Amino acid sequence: MFVLAVTGAIFAIVFSLLVYAVAKFRRRNDDGREPPQVYGSNQVEVAWTVIPILIVVALFMATARVIAIVQKTSPPSNAIEVTAIGHQFWWEYRYPDLGVVTANELHVPVSDPAHPSLTFLKLLSADTDHSFWVPRLGGKTDLIPNHPNSMWIDPHEAGLYLGQCAQYCGTQHAKMLLRVYVQPREEFDRWIQQQRQPASISDVVSEGRRVFETTACINCHAVAGTVANGRFGPDLTHLMSRETIAAGAAPNTPESLRLWIQKPEAIKPGSLMPAMELNDRELDAVTAYLETLR
Amino acid sequence: MSTDSITWPHTETAAYPLVDKLHEWVATVDHKRLGILYIIYALVFLVIGGIEAGIMRIQLIRAHNDFVSPQVFNRMFTMHGTTMIFFVVMPLVFGFANYLVPLMIGARDMAFPRLNAFSFWLTAFAGLLLYFSLVGANGLYGAGNAPDVGWFAYAPLTSRTFSVGHSTDFWTLALLVSGFGSIGTAINILTTILCMRCPGMSLAKMPLLAWLNLVMAGLVILAVSPLTAAQLMLVVDRYLGGHFFDTQAGGSAVIWMHFFWVFGHPEVYVLVIPAFAFASEIIPVFSRKAIFGYPVMVAATICIGFIGMSVWAHHMFTVGMSSSANTFFVLSTMAIAVPTGIKIFNWLATMWGGKIEFKTPMLFCVAFLFQFLVAGLTGIMLGSAPFNWQLGNSYFVVAHFHYVIVGAILFTIFGAFYYWFPKMSGKMYSETLGKLHFWLFLIGFHLTFDFMHIPGLLGMPRRIYTYEPGRGWDVWNLIVTIGVFFQALGIVVFVANLVWSYFKGETAGSDPWDAWTLEWSTPSPPPAYNFAVIPTIKSRRPLWDLKHPADPDWKYE
Amino acid sequence: MNATYIPLQQPFTRELPSRGRVGMFVLIAAEAAIFTIFVVAYIFYIGKSLTGPTPQDVLAAPIFYSICLLSSSVTIHLAVKALRLGNIGVFSRWWFATTVLGVIFLYGTATEWHRLIYREGLTISTNLFGTTYYSLVGLHGFHVVVGLLCLTLVLAFALTGRVKQEHAYRVDVLSLYWHFVDAVWVVVFTVVYIVGR
Repeated sequence: MFVLAVTGAIFAIVFSLLVYAVAKFRRRNDDGREPPQVYGSNQVEVAWTVIPILIVVALFMATARVIAIVQKTSPPSNAIEVTAIGHQFWWEYRYPDLGVVTANELHVPVSDPAHPSLTFLKLLSADTDHSFWVPRLGGKTDLIPNHPNSMWIDPHEAGLYLGQCAQYCGTQHAKMLLRVYVQPREEFDRWIQQQRQPASISDVVSEGRRVFETTACINCHAVAGTVANGRFGPDLTHLMSRETIAAGAAPNTPESLRLWIQKPEAIKPGSLMPAMELNDRELDAVTAYLETLR
Repeated sequence: MSTDSITWPHTETAAYPLVDKLHEWVATVDHKRLGILYIIYALVFLVIGGIEAGIMRIQLIRAHNDFVSPQVFNRMFTMHGTTMIFFVVMPLVFGFANYLVPLMIGARDMAFPRLNAFSFWLTAFAGLLLYFSLVGANGLYGAGNAPDVGWFAYAPLTSRTFSVGHSTDFWTLALLVSGFGSIGTAINILTTILCMRCPGMSLAKMPLLAWLNLVMAGLVILAVSPLTAAQLMLVVDRYLGGHFFDTQAGGSAVIWMHFFWVFGHPEVYVLVIPAFAFASEIIPVFSRKAIFGYPVMVAATICIGFIGMSVWAHHMFTVGMSSSANTFFVLSTMAIAVPTGIKIFNWLATMWGGKIEFKTPMLFCVAFLFQFLVAGLTGIMLGSAPFNWQLGNSYFVVAHFHYVIVGAILFTIFGAFYYWFPKMSGKMYSETLGKLHFWLFLIGFHLTFDFMHIPGLLGMPRRIYTYEPGRGWDVWNLIVTIGVFFQALGIVVFVANLVWSYFKGETAGSDPWDAWTLEWSTPSPPPAYNFAVIPTIKSRRPLWDLKHPADPDWKYE
Repeated sequence: MNATYIPLQQPFTRELPSRGRVGMFVLIAAEAAIFTIFVVAYIFYIGKSLTGPTPQDVLAAPIFYSICLLSSSVTIHLAVKALRLGNIGVFSRWWFATTVLGVIFLYGTATEWHRLIYREGLTISTNLFGTTYYSLVGLHGFHVVVGLLCLTLVLAFALTGRVKQEHAYRVDVLSLYWHFVDAVWVVVFTVVYIVGR
């Protein structure tokens, strides 16, 4: 805000001077003589060198202070630690201390200003450069392969916060959306508990499960407690606990899920999910199976 | 044309076949012709780059639009940025430098005329090479088209793994070749200014345009070379299995960013310093006063040149550098605001107490002052790292740099076009059309780039082919797109004015503006040899001295 | 108004630098910037290779060949000096010596690379060390080749009697380039064979 105030003031002053100069010193109908030639003025020039230098020093000190605060904060013992791994074009989240692996929708506890509970994110990348940016939660930090970064957030209000990848990472950069659910502590703990369970197994969808486990699905996807342990694509163990699929590109409904498996091009052209070439019966079965993964 | 300005008695100039005329232009080593070639080349690419921008803006006019596919959109922003910087603004800058510098320092040509021609043709070929990718990038596997890696092509997106086919190679090679052309031109400019000034013209008596082009050329030498090096490294990675930017082998994606921005930041000073040069020549003439504070203007520019080499990582605040590194780059970025701001004050003081004539060149330069002020201030905001963590890589940045490149640089270039068109063509342009161009373009510019700051502030990142409804970005994107049509119309009027005036304009005479630097002492257009006798000068405004023998400048300098 | 003749008020003498030297110095500045980036990349990646032969394992400082290259700076200087004095014969001999020394240096690089590739298994794609080493030394070698081409051209002119005393200036400008190539080798040698090991 300080920066904004200073630059705003500079703008107002110089703008007015410019407007004044343009208005007052127009050529009027006169004797056609040249105006007095003024080549310079030491006092004026010194003044308008020194004053900007002072302004710059002030701005710099204010900025340096904020940088130090943000970058030197290290995780307090009650901080939630999340590892975010950027992929083309989805987000992988791991909570190493809590034993949870999920994708695309991040849940964090709300923080009480009196007793802050920060969330620290370690940022890695599996392929190209990405950037984690949820404007209402904080500034962005890049996810760069072979260059781990970290950032922290301190959200004081519960709710859903939206953002998206902010470093061009390829064709579907625009649809690598972020959804961060800031929840009261109890809700967050419940969510963690639920995410730690292995996948629910239901005989009703055994056909779909068979299709899933014998097609190439398991090469990319993991479903905890089954043979599927692919790491290239999002973890699907609790797919139905998410509100969207394809990193926010589509709502998590049976129709869009079925379409996603049948023809990802229709939802997110250029994403790395291949069209699975299943027939209608297999598609229905697999979708029904996935619908049970709460 | 050289044959036109000398008429022999009792002869007629023989009918001059078109082929010979064209050959003269293709084989020319005359700095004035090469300057015009650069400028026309740049104008063609300005239109092409503008079309690419138009396509993007139509796609973004509403959420979830499907005017073009994501693949096409990604190629558009890559080509738009690359084209505008390397094949529009740089050729314009080099074109005007080529045309004006020898004339303004009283020389007959540049130091190395053949190198000059070679550099132009390298740049020209490079542009064609880049666009050939649209046709030829299909490689063995049918993959690829125009490059789609963004104009700064961050690793590892540019590795063979993530950029299949040859589109990235066309980008790399085009910039390598045009880089050699740029370095050649910079060698020429530096050598010409240091070695070929007319008698009496010490460095302290050169026109400001010469000083600023000197600093610009120095920056090209120091800045384009790192890009050349980085491109060579990328070629080694892509074709010889090298690992410069291969993160799987322990390489660093961040080092590409460092190398690129060591080029990229001084590059923007290469683009803007000539804009300052044009303003520094036009504003005094139309205010009827000498430039205020010439020595400080020179010193400030040299400062900008030096400090500009030390600010590059302000493009990398979000990359995760240490707090000391971030703090250092904040300091250097803020420091550069001082000499830059001083220049605005100097131009303001030049106008102060003058008798301002609002002809088209001056209109563009006054708009430049306002717009450069805003651009500089948003730059200071972005130079503050925490501010940058929010707004970096968003449409706020896009708005900021277009405010500089279009609002400051392109506006002064338009001013330069109108100011020197009479000298280059011998004809006056239409003042009415010029003013129409100005107002159309001003309205379009502000509609587009003022409002573009807002989606950035609301969280819209750059380089996205579409966006979600409900983020509050829709109406602003609509307004931004509407502005494009006004700008396009302005350009149409501009080109029409140039063409019409070239054929039908009034004869301009050698000094239509009652100006003071040496180029206005030659006929319009100047003969191939520039000056019948190399002049000897005593002050910074030789023609002022001639017109005001009782009150010459050298008494006061 | 035609070209304006502004008469001299008083005699004015000044010495502007000459175009060839200034142009060459500017070119050298640009080339220095390119080399700087490759040197920075080399230094940055020291010790960062994940696999493969390390500099300590495979590098052997080419002392003899470096002495040859650096001596060629002396010989070229003597050649130019001779030409300025009009001693075409002496010039030709020193120029020939310069060219030979340059060729010997290239031969040394070639044999070293042959050993590294075929005996030690270090190529440009082996690891970070390989990439940065071959790029940096190769870029320098490329500039030596270009220099040698120019030197050979001048040698051919000299041997056919076409080089005269008035060409001393141009030959001197060329020698500036050759001195630059040698200076770069001092830096490359220090970074690769001393600091990097």
